[in-house]
Amino acid sequence: MENQQGDSVGCSEVINSDFQLEFMDEEGVPTNTSCEQIKVESLIEKLFYVFLKKAEIDPEAPVLHRDLHLAYLKHSLCYLPHNFACLDASRAWLCYWITHSMELLDFKLPAEDKSHVAQFLAKCQCPDGGFGGGPGQYGHLAPTYAAVNALCTLGTEEAYKVIDRRKLLQFLWSLRKSNGSFELHVGGEIDVRGVYCAVSVARLTNIYSDALFDNSAEWIISCQTYEGGFSGSPGHEAHGGYAFCALAALCLLSKENLCDIKSLLRWTVNRQMRLEGGFQGRTNKLVDGCYSFWQAGAMPMIQGILSKNDESSVMTEIDSWLFNSRALQEYILIYCQSPNGGLIDKPGKTKDLYHTCYTLSGLSIAQNQPSKTTGSIVGSPRNLLKAVHPTFNIELEKLKSASLYFSQLPSDLL
Amino acid sequence: MEGSSSEEGEDVNWTFYRDREEWADLKPVPQDDGPHPVVAIAYSEKFRDVFDYFRGVLKVHELSERALDLTRDAVELNPGNYTVWQYRRQILKHLDKDLKEEMAFVAEMISAFPKNYQVWHHRQVLVSWLNDASDELQLTAKMLALDAKNYHAWQHRQWAIRTFNLFQNELEFIEKLLNDDIRNNSAWNQRYFVINQTTEFAPEVIEKEIAYVLSKIKIATKNESSWNYLRGIVLHSESGLRKPSVIDFCDELYNSGNRSACLLSYLVDAALEQAEYGVVKENSLLSIDKALELCDNLANEFDVCRRGYWNYISGCLRVHMN
Repeated sequence: MENQQGDSVGCSEVINSDFQLEFMDEEGVPTNTSCEQIKVESLIEKLFYVFLKKAEIDPEAPVLHRDLHLAYLKHSLCYLPHNFACLDASRAWLCYWITHSMELLDFKLPAEDKSHVAQFLAKCQCPDGGFGGGPGQYGHLAPTYAAVNALCTLGTEEAYKVIDRRKLLQFLWSLRKSNGSFELHVGGEIDVRGVYCAVSVARLTNIYSDALFDNSAEWIISCQTYEGGFSGSPGHEAHGGYAFCALAALCLLSKENLCDIKSLLRWTVNRQMRLEGGFQGRTNKLVDGCYSFWQAGAMPMIQGILSKNDESSVMTEIDSWLFNSRALQEYILIYCQSPNGGLIDKPGKTKDLYHTCYTLSGLSIAQNQPSKTTGSIVGSPRNLLKAVHPTFNIELEKLKSASLYFSQLPSDLL
Repeated sequence: MEGSSSEEGEDVNWTFYRDREEWADLKPVPQDDGPHPVVAIAYSEKFRDVFDYFRGVLKVHELSERALDLTRDAVELNPGNYTVWQYRRQILKHLDKDLKEEMAFVAEMISAFPKNYQVWHHRQVLVSWLNDASDELQLTAKMLALDAKNYHAWQHRQWAIRTFNLFQNELEFIEKLLNDDIRNNSAWNQRYFVINQTTEFAPEVIEKEIAYVLSKIKIATKNESSWNYLRGIVLHSESGLRKPSVIDFCDELYNSGNRSACLLSYLVDAALEQAEYGVVKENSLLSIDKALELCDNLANEFDVCRRGYWNYISGCLRVHMN
């Protein structure tokens, strides 16, 4: 396993360490967890040698298949086959996953298409102010978050103007519980996604008020588990998706100091898989490309918090992410690209728009280190994606423009 | 799921709502995607027909038996449609339906779609309405037998246990799962939940739990789940990570040549904790020098993937030198 080209070949993380050492050690106790893990590792090992062959011919490998991913995204924006009917209540999400992925890939969506997406999302907005998963559906916080993020990503005045901020604020109030948590829709379930989606859209559109989120930070903190991560609601298991929502919400509430940041850091870095390089969502679960964002995306926030309270400036002197950003890029580029475009959870799975969005978002985080040091991009330099703001998961420039637009509108609407 | 349906959801024996006499009075409402639809799904004819009539019912706010049947067809076509579920609950309430039948239906739906938010939420609402959780432990046990880490199943189980005080046999249930798979992190989490909600962390409970988890760590020293549980428990004791009995255990394990990243990482954190409390113990396993050496071993040999993290922790340790 010679690494002839130094770091430019990529895969250096795996090549430099002894591959065999990183395999699951069952210690003579095979269980369902270890058997499933070993299956994934064998597949990764096989694909790794396939990749090495490819890298011998192509010094730029691994390459991000931009055109293939874009073709998949463009096609999906117009037409989805009948088996997408199970996502009929997630069409606002589909708009976000597609437009955000396109933005990261630096594709300029034609003005006409932007207008069509904005008009469609307007149809998803309910009389009560929230956005539904599709036209005529009840308002729900998750598609509301998705729609607002998609509209900000479109970045046109027409798109911004779709959002009825006064009604959106009423909608948020209608879902707030006295303990500071939010239900996802009227009569729906309560978990930490609710408060994250609520505070994210409130901050973005400049309708935030302290009263709306009274007790919310304390409720979120009650979801931090003994492992260090956060669960969906108090008592449950720490989980990457919920941990992201919890941490991002705390940051948006300016209450990030309430959480046990060192245990969150430890839990998060330990979710990165030693052989695969990608992240798992929970302790002893399998790698999944979507956690490239949910877990790695937490790191800029975690390191930001540590820097703020850094009397001894240990963190301030660190100019890279505390997870292994090269190993994560390798996982995404080598193992998560579907040959015909689109990205996947793990080898053997089929592509979908959710995984395309979140693997690309994670790739962007991994590439865009706090200080741009040489060699922070795995493979071809053309693999570089646009940078995202980790708290909202919106491309940086698009976030700036949207924030500027909404900051000029009155925040006191009630 | 009645009848046989092909991949497109087309069904030989299916009668479209538009062809049903008993529905002739209701005006179907087509989906309004606007003039330029995006993310347009190529719905099957059946899907389109059912949802056109669902929108029709929703528009005139009809709360009837036939509307109830219609919502069943709709959620079977798309169990993720929270609007249909919410409307179905409104109808159930309005008609004062026998909820036992609905419980059987949602149990079927849970079996068919075990990772769907809406089916589990529907179940929770029904159990609340009935104020009867007598079937919940069995249902969740059945679902956990199929997937021992199903997050929704654990959530529902915890909710039922907490709301209806069903803690009695839960530790035995967990014990069984941990005997099946010592690496099942959900089961470890459930153990913490039960202790936290029942005996809490009285000194004798801490001792008992430490003895339990150490016996499990001995079996699989690289199992992060049990190490994390250990950390969770000792934080309730006055001496924290530095609890002497635990450090003795680690000492012995380390001296036997074990270099599990979990073990080394525990020792590093214990040393850091000791340093932060201002206690300096030279030449012990918890000295800063030893901890720096362990960080170095982790970064270069036993946990190479997390080298950046271990270098950061080394920096934190160095602050306490001198």
